Amino acid sequence: MKKTELPRWATAFVLPVLNLMSALLVAALVIHLLGESPSESLHILVDSAILDPEGLAYTLFYASTFIFAGLAVSIAMQAGLFNIGAEGQMYIGGLGLTWAVLALDTHLPGILMIPLAMIGAAVFGALWAFIPGYLQAKRGSHVVVTTIMFNFIAANVMNWLILKLIPEGQQNPASRVFADSAALPLLNKVLPVLGDAPLNISFILAIVALVVYGVVVWRSSWGYQLRATGLNAHAAHYAGVKISRTIIVTMLVSGALAGLGAVNSVMGSTHYLSLNFPAGAGFVGIAIALMGRQHPVGIFLSSVLFGALIQGGFDLSLEKPNIPQETFIFIQGLIILFCGAMENFYAPAILKLINVTRTTKEA
Amino acid sequence: MEDFHIASIIVSTIRNAPVLMFAALGGLFAERSGVVDIGLEGKILASAFASAAVAYATQNPWYGILAGMGVSVALAMVQAFVSITQKGNQLVCGIAINIAMSGLTFVLAQFFFQQGGRTPDLRNARLLDVILPGTAALDNIPVIGWLYGHVIGGQSVLVYVAFLLLPIVHWVVYHSRFGLRLRACGENPHAADAAGVSVERTRYLAMLVAGVLCSFSGAYLTLVQSGFFLRDMSAGAGYLALTALVFGNWRPLHTVLGCLMFGLFGAIQIQLEGVDLPVVGRLPGSLIQAIPYVVTVVVLAGLMAKSVAPKAIGKPFVKSR
Repeated sequence: MKKTELPRWATAFVLPVLNLMSALLVAALVIHLLGESPSESLHILVDSAILDPEGLAYTLFYASTFIFAGLAVSIAMQAGLFNIGAEGQMYIGGLGLTWAVLALDTHLPGILMIPLAMIGAAVFGALWAFIPGYLQAKRGSHVVVTTIMFNFIAANVMNWLILKLIPEGQQNPASRVFADSAALPLLNKVLPVLGDAPLNISFILAIVALVVYGVVVWRSSWGYQLRATGLNAHAAHYAGVKISRTIIVTMLVSGALAGLGAVNSVMGSTHYLSLNFPAGAGFVGIAIALMGRQHPVGIFLSSVLFGALIQGGFDLSLEKPNIPQETFIFIQGLIILFCGAMENFYAPAILKLINVTRTTKEA
Repeated sequence: MEDFHIASIIVSTIRNAPVLMFAALGGLFAERSGVVDIGLEGKILASAFASAAVAYATQNPWYGILAGMGVSVALAMVQAFVSITQKGNQLVCGIAINIAMSGLTFVLAQFFFQQGGRTPDLRNARLLDVILPGTAALDNIPVIGWLYGHVIGGQSVLVYVAFLLLPIVHWVVYHSRFGLRLRACGENPHAADAAGVSVERTRYLAMLVAGVLCSFSGAYLTLVQSGFFLRDMSAGAGYLALTALVFGNWRPLHTVLGCLMFGLFGAIQIQLEGVDLPVVGRLPGSLIQAIPYVVTVVVLAGLMAKSVAPKAIGKPFVKSR
């Protein structure tokens, strides 16, 4: 019997690894053309992002933001919605967080301030995703196009609002520095080996979010409705799922997760709202969702990979002036191309290989 | 209201619009054939860099335009390969190209010129404005002199190309054999296939046209508008072109009108910066910049007009056996 579909181990492990290797191969070629040694660069990258404890903590710090972004895109994908707007939702989430903190940080202790700020981030992110969700559900406007529009509207609105948040006498387009009560507890208090890395409790929250995501999507009736809508909206509707309601709620959850992505960097590291702070994390979330195949473990691993690229890339750029940090924006693009758009590039070859080995075994 | 010049608004609208028009009309071919082209932004940026770098190296803007075209077409072919042959996710492919090009153009600009991701000033390697004969003679006549010297004349060649494209694209899409096939592949590829049209070939051709047209946007940015390449200088122009396409309901004339309207917003925004208006007071420039997107969302919501995408858009064509 010839197999026509790939076994699970192939789609879950072999294909993503092959795709990732292809992207890194192209990246290595470019680094070679820039006159640097790819193997030496990889060595520096692994050393600084994985093997060094402080570097690893930085990697996980970046990964915390990416996990939320990846979850935001993933949960929408489960319902068949392509939320390109995680970037804008995270940006507006940062605004919600900042407003909450600016209003209350001198009055409340951290134990109340931090959860309140998180609620602010989640609510604002959710509201920013609500309109595209509503328009998709009720008016049929494609969520891809509207979320792109909302990214730009968010960027422009923030350009304007941030001017109102600049404290008097300052030039930098940023809000005032938050009081200490709004600073997330850092993990290096417990583990001094992490050095100065701003790895904080939002990493733990991200792990919790991954678990909750896994349970809700695969073990709850709402998750079942969600996946049914994504697989076949007509069948789901026939089975009694309220499609437009599912779409709107999914977008709300997705936006809230993207908004929570703002917490890590704003309250864990910079401690003020700055212009363009998401810096493309929402788009990285798309790559993570695709590479991790919307599975909690996959999302975690790809988030760590992208975190390592940022952290290692930073150190690499210091040592190799020909490989600036922007090289890793290029590599991100390559990974999205190979792991997302061309995910089945190697599938026919592997299928053939499996069939050939099976027939030789039988013979 | 003294600082508010209608004349300079008209002129800068005409100069703003071509960046969007080339990309939007390019995207029109891709999307009418059924391939979503979110990668306009990346193609504009890549061709802007290639145009500037080659024009600087050769001191000849025409080689720059050719280089930009080559790069943009190459990217369009990557998209075509992924979307048509690989039947991969077209949106993801476009986003990947945009992100990759944002990084790569900076890295290359830094590698070759070491000026923090920009190219040196092009000076004489820029495309010069066309001065129509008799401009000097008419210059003293109030309205006609300005109209002839600064609106009809005094523009770069690429501006004329952009406006000439509209009738050409309209004719190709609605009155040529290729246009008929193009629209058939975008609306109902199975019917086109049954009628003997090669869907794959038509879509590849459409992507080729999209690549060529889009490259002019990039060339226009560097060779006409700025005179150098700057990192991420496309600044959302590709997405704005896509917005114009959605706003214009994937029809050439309406799309170009959308581009002109967005160009007008850009011109007004520069004029309004720091000007006190009656009634509303001082309008922040960043909010004016958001208007095109808000208007498009309103249109998409079906509140002003109905925007209907090509039916087969974004779906890979799988030939039925």
